[in-house]
Parts: sequence; C-alpha cells; structure tokens
Amino acid sequence: MTSVLAPRRRAWTIRKYVPILGTLVLLVIMYGIGIVNYEGFYNTQILLNIFIDNSFLLVVAVGMTFVILTGGIDLSVGSVVALTTMVCATLLNDGWPAPAAMIAVLVMGALLGFLMGCVIHFFEIQPFIVTLAGMFLARGLCYVISTSSISIDAPFWKTTAQERIGVGTFTITPSVVIAGLVVVIAAVVLAWTRFGRTVYAIGGNANSAMLMGLGVGRTRIGVYTISGLCSAIGGLLLSFYMSSGDPLHAIGMELDAIAAVVIGGTLLTGGSGYVLGTVLGITVLGLIQTIITFQGNLSSWWTRIFIGGLLFVFVLLQRAVVRRTP
Amino acid sequence: MAETTPILEMRGIGKRFPGVTALDGVDFRLHPGEVHALMGENGAGKSTLIKILTGVYDIDDGAIELDGEPVLFSGPQQAQHAGVSTVYQEINLCPNLSVAENIYIGREPRRFGMISFRAMRAKAAELLGSLGIDIDPGSVLAGHSIAVQQMVAIARAVDISARVLILDEPTSSLDAGEVAQLFRVIRDLREQGLAIVFVTHFLDQVYEISDRITVLRNGRLVGEFRTAELSQRDLVEKMIGKELSALESIEEQAKPQLRDPSPLLVAEGVGRTGAIAPFSLTIHAGEVVGLAGLLGSGRSELARLLFGADKADSGELRVDGRPVTMRGPRSAMERDIAYLSENRRTEGLIEELTVRENIILALQANRGWARPVPRRQQDELVAKYVEALRIRPADPQTVVRNLSGGNQQKVLLARWLITEPRLLILDEPTRGIDVGAKADIQRLVVSLAGDGLAVLFISAELEEVLRLSHTIVVLRDRAVVAQVENTDAVDANSIMNTIATGVTA
Ligand SMILES: Nc1ncnc2c1ncn2[C@@H]1O[C@H](COP(=O)(O)OP(=O)(O)OP(=O)(O)O)[C@@H](O)[C@H]1O
Ligand SMILES: [Mg+2]
Repeated sequence: MTSVLAPRRRAWTIRKYVPILGTLVLLVIMYGIGIVNYEGFYNTQILLNIFIDNSFLLVVAVGMTFVILTGGIDLSVGSVVALTTMVCATLLNDGWPAPAAMIAVLVMGALLGFLMGCVIHFFEIQPFIVTLAGMFLARGLCYVISTSSISIDAPFWKTTAQERIGVGTFTITPSVVIAGLVVVIAAVVLAWTRFGRTVYAIGGNANSAMLMGLGVGRTRIGVYTISGLCSAIGGLLLSFYMSSGDPLHAIGMELDAIAAVVIGGTLLTGGSGYVLGTVLGITVLGLIQTIITFQGNLSSWWTRIFIGGLLFVFVLLQRAVVRRTP
Repeated sequence: MAETTPILEMRGIGKRFPGVTALDGVDFRLHPGEVHALMGENGAGKSTLIKILTGVYDIDDGAIELDGEPVLFSGPQQAQHAGVSTVYQEINLCPNLSVAENIYIGREPRRFGMISFRAMRAKAAELLGSLGIDIDPGSVLAGHSIAVQQMVAIARAVDISARVLILDEPTSSLDAGEVAQLFRVIRDLREQGLAIVFVTHFLDQVYEISDRITVLRNGRLVGEFRTAELSQRDLVEKMIGKELSALESIEEQAKPQLRDPSPLLVAEGVGRTGAIAPFSLTIHAGEVVGLAGLLGSGRSELARLLFGADKADSGELRVDGRPVTMRGPRSAMERDIAYLSENRRTEGLIEELTVRENIILALQANRGWARPVPRRQQDELVAKYVEALRIRPADPQTVVRNLSGGNQQKVLLARWLITEPRLLILDEPTRGIDVGAKADIQRLVVSLAGDGLAVLFISAELEEVLRLSHTIVVLRDRAVVAQVENTDAVDANSIMNTIATGVTA
C-alpha cells in the first residue's frame, strides 16, 4: 500500500516548492535575456545595484511576508515608511542624536503595527480594513508634521548615504547589508522558531491552530508588529537613500511589497511561502526596471505593465497548485 | 474499579446559543484511570460539553473543578498546560505542515532556541510507530487520507496528554485494525492513571473500552452508569428516550427483491494507475452494491472514478448502454449520478449557508441558475428530508456551522437525495451518525432501492454492508478481488476472510 501512495505524497511535498521554483526559472530567463540583448548587462554590479536601489522595499516586503503567511495583509506599510522618514527628519532637525532618533522611529513603527494587530485580533476585524485605516492615519500624520519635504543634514546620514562597502571588485551600500541581515534573521525565525512555525500554522488553518493550543492571538499581533518594525527599518533606509523626509515618499509601496511577496511564491491565502522567495520577487521587480532602463526607448511605466502581467501569471500558477485536492 | 476521587468535576453546566439551549444543568465527572464514554444522539451536546471544558466556548452556568481546584480555561492552550488534551470532532490539524510538525508544533524539541527538525522527525516516527502507523513524518499532512490524519491528531493528543485525554469521535474514519491499535494505546494510558473521555456512536466500541458511561439527551443529563451494569439495549433507550422496538425492525426487513434486469451502469476494465487496478462492475437499477475492504483498499478511489471526480486512464464506462467519458462530476450529474463524498468537511457543506440553502444547492445546480426552485417546493422538499433524516434542530433556517457534527452529515445526505438520482454513491454515509438516525438512513436506502434507485454503498461497518447490499464487491490493496451475491450463505466472517486472503471463501 505504501508503495502505491508514495508518489502522491512526494508530489505533495514537492508541490510547496513549485511557486518559488517558478520564480527562480523566471529570474534566470530574464537575466539571460538581459545578458544576450544588452551590452554590459552581465556585469555583477548591475545585479547588486538592484539591491542598492531596493533595499528599503526588500525590508518592507520581508515584514509583509510574515503577515501574508498568516493569511493577512498590511496596507499601512508605505505610509509607515513615509511617517518614519518624516519623524526621523524632524527629530534630527530638533537636534536629537542619530541613535536616539533611529531607536525612536523603530519603536514607533513597531508600536503602530502592534496596535493594528491588537485591533485585528481582539475586535476580529478584517486586516484589510484595519490596515487601510492605519494607512490613512500614518499618511495623514505625515502631513500634520509638514506638508513639504524636510531635508536631513545630520552627518551620520550623509556619510551613510555615501558609504560604499567593497565586495571583491564590486560595491554595495550599508543599506544592503542591513537588508541582508533582516532577510537572514527573518528566514531563521520563520524556519526554526516556534513563533515562525505558528505563523505557518495560522496560515494553514487558524481555527485548527487555536484548537491545537497554539498562541494564535500572540502570533497574529506579533506579525503585524514585525511588519510595522520592518516598515520603520525600511523608512530609515529610504531616508539614507533620499536624505530627506517627505510626506510623498513611498506612495503605493505597499502594493509593490505585496507584488514582490506574491511573485516570490507566497500564497495570498497564507500558510506557504519563504522569505527567500520574497528576495527573488524583489529581484524580479528590479530586473524588470533594469531591463527597461537598458532598453532605453520604453517609458518607465512599462515596469508597471510587466509587473501587472507577472502578478496575473503567478496568481494563476498558485491557483493551479492549490486547486488540486488530494 | 475502586472509587477514587474524581480528577475532574463539571457541575450544573449550562450553555445557550442564540435560539438553542445546547446544555442545561449537566453534571460530568471523571476519575483517574478510567475510560469514560460520553454518549447521546446527534446534537445531544457532547461536543459542546467538551468545548466548554477546554475553554473553546464560554460557560453560561455551572462550575468546573480540576483536582479539586476551580478552573476556567481561556482556551485550548491553557487547557493543554493544565494537562487536558483533546482531539476535537472536526480534525484539527494544519494541512500545510508536515506530519511531524502537526504532532509537535508548540512543543518542538529545541536546541539553543532553534527547532531541531531532525529530532522532531525521529520522535514522531517513534510515536507513530507505537500507534502502528508507518508513514514518513516529514511528508505534508494534506497528502494523507482522512484516516491517517485522524491517527496523527490522536498521536498528537496522546503525546501531550498528562492527566486528561479527550477523544471526540476519534474512530469515525478508522478501520478495525487501527481501532484496535488505538484501544491498545488507550488501555496503556489508563494503566498509567490517565482519565480518558471517549465519544463515539459505535456501541461495540463503548462496551469494549469504557468503564463508565454518561448519557446526554437534548442537552440534559440522563445519568451516569457503570458500563458493566448497563445493557446495550438500555443504553440505546436512554439515548433516544424511547423503546427500542422501532429500531429493530430494520434487522428483519428483507431486502427488496431484485432485479430490474437492465444494467444502469457498466464499468469494463476501468482503472487509474496508482489509485485502483482495472475492474469491471455492473450496477442495475434498484440494486444496492456494497463495497467492502479495509481503509486504503481503494473503495473511495473506485467511487471517484465512477463519478468522474478522478479521470480513469483505462477501460470503458457505459450508462444506459451508451459509452460515456466522465470528464468530471458534471458529466456524472447530467446522467443522474450523485456522490456523497467521504470528505464532507472540505468538499461539501457551505457552513455559512442555512440548512435549507445547503440542501437545495445540488438540485438548483442541476436545474441551472436561470430556473430557481420555487420557494414553496423548496420548503416542502426540505421539510420532508429534515423529518426523514431527523435533522436537529428541525429548523431549516439554522446556519449549518451551528449544527452538531452528525447533523451536518445528514444535511449533505439530504442534498443528494433531493436531486432524485438514479445512481447514488454513498461513501460512509453513516459515519458520525447516531444509532437511531443510522437505522433511519439504512431504512431510507432500502426503500429508495425498492423504488428503483441504484446505490453504491461504502461503509467500514461490514454489518451495514451485509444488511443492505444485494451484491458485495470486496477490495484489497487497490484492486477488486471478489464480487459475491449476498445470499444467506454470506456472512461477515466469509467476507472478512476474502478481505484478508484475497480469495472467495
Ligand atoms: N456554535 C454554535 N452555535 C449555535 N448552536 C450550536 C453551536 N454549536 C452547537 N450548537 C447546537 O448545540 C447542540 C449540541 O451540539 P453538539 O455539537 O454538542 O452535539 P453532539 O452531541 O456533539 O452531536 P454529534 O453526535 O452530532 O457530534 C446542537 O443542537 C447544535 O445545533
Ligand atoms: Mg459532536
């Protein structure tokens, strides 16, 4: 009996890797296309630049991965990123030392996420609604602080923005290192800690997770807190990159983050996906941008069109993978 | 058994849901080292009592004492910490995780704060082995059959249980061998002084394993009895609250004489690699064909091929003498074939809809959405089946989510009966259904067959198959090994023999 059943089970085990493998294949194909068509594309620095330009998005998307894995969604991330840049710029201009300002905004981001998580859990309100409210709230707060951009002159910001770290003959920024650390920590937490596994369990079946005696509430609030914290880290990285706080920063970033997570193979219904997939998702988005830049004659809006098309393909792929019941 | 002080006492428990009093003044006590059966009809309040105990539901009246200390758990997590572990009636596992994780999640072996998956798989393999299950602990749960999932849930609870183990219908989809394994483990745990609550609708199992019985009826306590002092007959009477005579008539009722000679469905060499070896089978109008075999012998797989839920990769299927390709359930339904699947939880009910809406669903789908079933007709049909199957509460406007497990089953059965199919495939139709309703369903099958309905009847209970079927098809290791006419000479023993050896006795 076992022998007859074995192939089916193996198929189930392999199935969970199908979306991420799909992303990987796509990535290789896109990279190949780039190398064949554009001179200088093979230069590894091109790849690294993708991470330099998207380090903040990567961090935000990692937080989003936690939320989506539980079957939730966090629409507030873009606004929280913007609010972080605003608060940070204001504090610095008020003469706060850099470390204090950074800690303050990180705590603020985590707290915002925590509060939204509490509302979602204790009042049993849809995450979509709660984080939509959070999105308006945070964006509104930005404008309360100032309606225009605030530049950051703190020396630490200046040096961090210009700092380059050599990797062989190539260079990256400190932001990439930070984003890399966030990715590694997130991957370890999701794969090897009780908290991480509970995240997957909730995404698989929240009611079962509750009946199994797992800390569903604690974990749910936890993922929104993490997402808030990641948004704040993302905001800091963005302020390094932009050297300013601006209420117009990161508009629509929540959608880019969701797109990266989904293209990275995480199921929107929760329970399946990897941080590594999100890294691949970000790389795909970045590669599209890069290819369009290299092409030279396409409007940058084509990036959006490609991302839209890809999203369709990936959501359909997920559907196909999930649909087949045993 | 010496009188010990109870480890658990629930007194005067009351629970009201909007419109229903699920429990009213129920007392329940549990001693260490005993197996205590909780009995009652569908909707009597068994699962509710358990969920109150473990804090899934808030308590309206009454008090709970564990070890003499008043307790009120805020949820299963707290209950588990206090040493009370539960397998709820609905399988409560996460389909996306591995078998090992499902057993150990929340209690994973860790090194330096990191989960050690290797140690976890090793422990899981050992635990599953002790329950006689041979599966890869690293495999994803969703790939396993319902029976295996149920065993995994039991393994989890058994491993957690420190003082009290609660099993709400754990055996409903297990075969005899697995039940025997489970009972062996339960006896071991009883020896170690655990208190075990056991809910089931299988009376034989109650008498085999339990020391004491508490009977509920309509949310009220009927009484607590020692199993040895309560006859099976008395037990049933206490559960249904009336004389047993009505139940017994099914025993003597003769099978209606076959047979309309026209074959309704003919399968020739139909099979699917990996699921079931090619088989041939003929079902006539008015005939009840029973499938017998152990779990995993391919019973459901056979049914799924006939219904088109899976695609056959060999052979030919004829309905009314005309060859058909089953492209999916739709093609089957167009030919008046209905299928009550074994996976009711996932493939059947829409929990947010009412009883009436759920029952009418398939009929409406058959007619197409442009021609709604008139409300009057809906009400009549629904009322008829609510009555015939004793769906409780008998109000068709109840949301299905709020029905007890057994009553949800009946709603699904009603859905298919109402479409008036010519061939009805019933995969474990009486699983989780109480003795009274079980007899009702059996009687219904007999009378429908008398009216010319062909039935393919799958049940783990051999007696049931023997009582109802004209023809018995025996499966073993995913192949049909015998087809026998159900004459007086055939009995449970001879079928068991065929199942075990693969040759007709
Ligand atoms: N969440 C709920 N909301 C409303 N009514 C409910 C709810 N849960 C249970 N009920 C009702 O409470 C009564 C008892 O249900 P319960 O599930 O305890 O029955 P049971 O004895 O476990 O039956 P079964 O043998 O069918 O599992 C039923 O009438 C049911 O309809
Ligand atoms: Mg129940």
